[in-house]
Amino acid sequence: MKTWVFSTEAEGAASSSALEALTKARSFGGDLGAVHVGEGSESALNELGAHGATSVMQVAGDASAAAIAAAMATAVDTEQPDLIIFGMGNLDRDVAGRLSARLGKPVLANAVDVMIDGGIVQVANEILGGSTKIVTQFAEGAPAIAITRPKAFAAEPSGGGSPVVNALNVPDVGHAGDVAVLSSHAESSEGPDLEAAAIVVSGGRGLGEASKFEMMAELAGLVGGAVGATRAVVDAGWVPYSYQVGQTGKTVKPDVYLACGISGAMQHLVGMKDSTTIIAINKDPEAPIFGVADLGIVGDVHNVVPALIEALKAQG
Amino acid sequence: MKIVVCVKQIPDPASPYQLDPENHFVVRPEDQVLDDTDRYGVEVALQLADAVGDEGSVTLLSMSPGGSQQGIRQALAMGADGAILVEDPTLRGADALTTSRILAAAASRAGADLVITGTESTDGYTGVVPQQMAEIMGVPSLTFARKVEHVDGKIRIERQTQAGYDVVEGALPAVLSVTSGVVEPRYPTFKGIMQAKSKPVETLTASDLDVSPSSGQSIVSVESVPSRQAGEVVEDDGEGHLKILAKLEEVKVV
Repeated sequence: MKTWVFSTEAEGAASSSALEALTKARSFGGDLGAVHVGEGSESALNELGAHGATSVMQVAGDASAAAIAAAMATAVDTEQPDLIIFGMGNLDRDVAGRLSARLGKPVLANAVDVMIDGGIVQVANEILGGSTKIVTQFAEGAPAIAITRPKAFAAEPSGGGSPVVNALNVPDVGHAGDVAVLSSHAESSEGPDLEAAAIVVSGGRGLGEASKFEMMAELAGLVGGAVGATRAVVDAGWVPYSYQVGQTGKTVKPDVYLACGISGAMQHLVGMKDSTTIIAINKDPEAPIFGVADLGIVGDVHNVVPALIEALKAQG
Repeated sequence: MKIVVCVKQIPDPASPYQLDPENHFVVRPEDQVLDDTDRYGVEVALQLADAVGDEGSVTLLSMSPGGSQQGIRQALAMGADGAILVEDPTLRGADALTTSRILAAAASRAGADLVITGTESTDGYTGVVPQQMAEIMGVPSLTFARKVEHVDGKIRIERQTQAGYDVVEGALPAVLSVTSGVVEPRYPTFKGIMQAKSKPVETLTASDLDVSPSSGQSIVSVESVPSRQAGEVVEDDGEGHLKILAKLEEVKVV
């Protein structure tokens, strides 16, 4: 079995999805490699090595998705990997889609597990809000291309050493590569890291307006939590995308998830349903969020949340 | 500028969808609706086409194995000029790559300068069709756009990133995928709804496009997962916050 994982560098670190995938892929045995896009700092490369990658193909950070896919397709021809695992990041999806089309192989997305059965790669997906599990196998021959959901596997170092690093040169792909990043902008979010926080206080449409997120931040501050949001309010421009929890945002598994004014659309539920304890406040007693909540309060967030803030303050 | 917008008709999300017990395909009723997330792409297309005047046109493109048209009429009513429908029962249960081959071939055949899609469909959400289409068409992909401009013959976007956003520019022809925050989609007017009834809808089959449906994947098993049990749901009587406080104390986070 030869498995590759896809990683992109951010602030000297490898993708968490790549470290998770490497951890899982160690159980398959065989050869483990990574395709790493970005600066290629020692810390990122060593992280990949520590999680089991013995070799890394290093790609310059300014390469277009089309050029990266073309370079990977050439490497696939010579190296013959059985399985390539991507995460849900934007570049992950751009390259996975292009590589799939280039190789004429399917890509199976949203995997919550990857299995090998008699040498054939299978992936598991959860659909219908996580109530149904589907196992699909690749029938087209290697390489199988899978996109895994964040936190599908826990990342654990194996104690592996520095990997062998080789530059993967990208070809000129002509018009398809005629894209350029003109500038990058950071939109800051305050408080603890949403994906690592023990408590997440999340707001949805039911808050009514953007300014009510101050209330979410105050509540999060009192319990040492992070603030999250639904796609609807991110799309409405109330808070930046980095707050988004759900299918197209972050996947969180905190000790407590407090959903305020969130109805519980499927696209949101997949990002938070594995939280240990879920508490929901919503006006609509029929809201799907109550179907997954350990405690549901049918009421107005504009009354319940301020009262909760006062009570927490009174406790000191 | 000829703009082709990919739209998908899906079972109404208000009623949970079902899988056919035999072939595990999504059961698709006659009265499918326009995927809500596709209205944003249609709106972006209409605005870009308006900005270039008479040179601009907007054509909808959809794969509809069952021949459903209701969702297409919804998008035509917003103001698109016409539609191309790939209607072919052999495309039932098509995987993302087959879908992309069909859509790319139809968009190329239509002479698209710009293809616009959502980032992923609400019912399938594979999320790789725009990139696969771009690769097949040999054009740049501008993905996850939350803002779109047509500048000096190029498309410039704000691309959503984990940290914030990047400003990215790409040459035409290109494939563009937009998020649901990109614009406020217009509602169809009564006039638009009436006009939609007589707008041209061209129908094609997979063989018209020289694409043979294939599937490189097969479903091994489908099982239901023990779902999370709903807990206590109480009406707020002014004391709801105390219940929450007690729960937080019970799980020892405060």
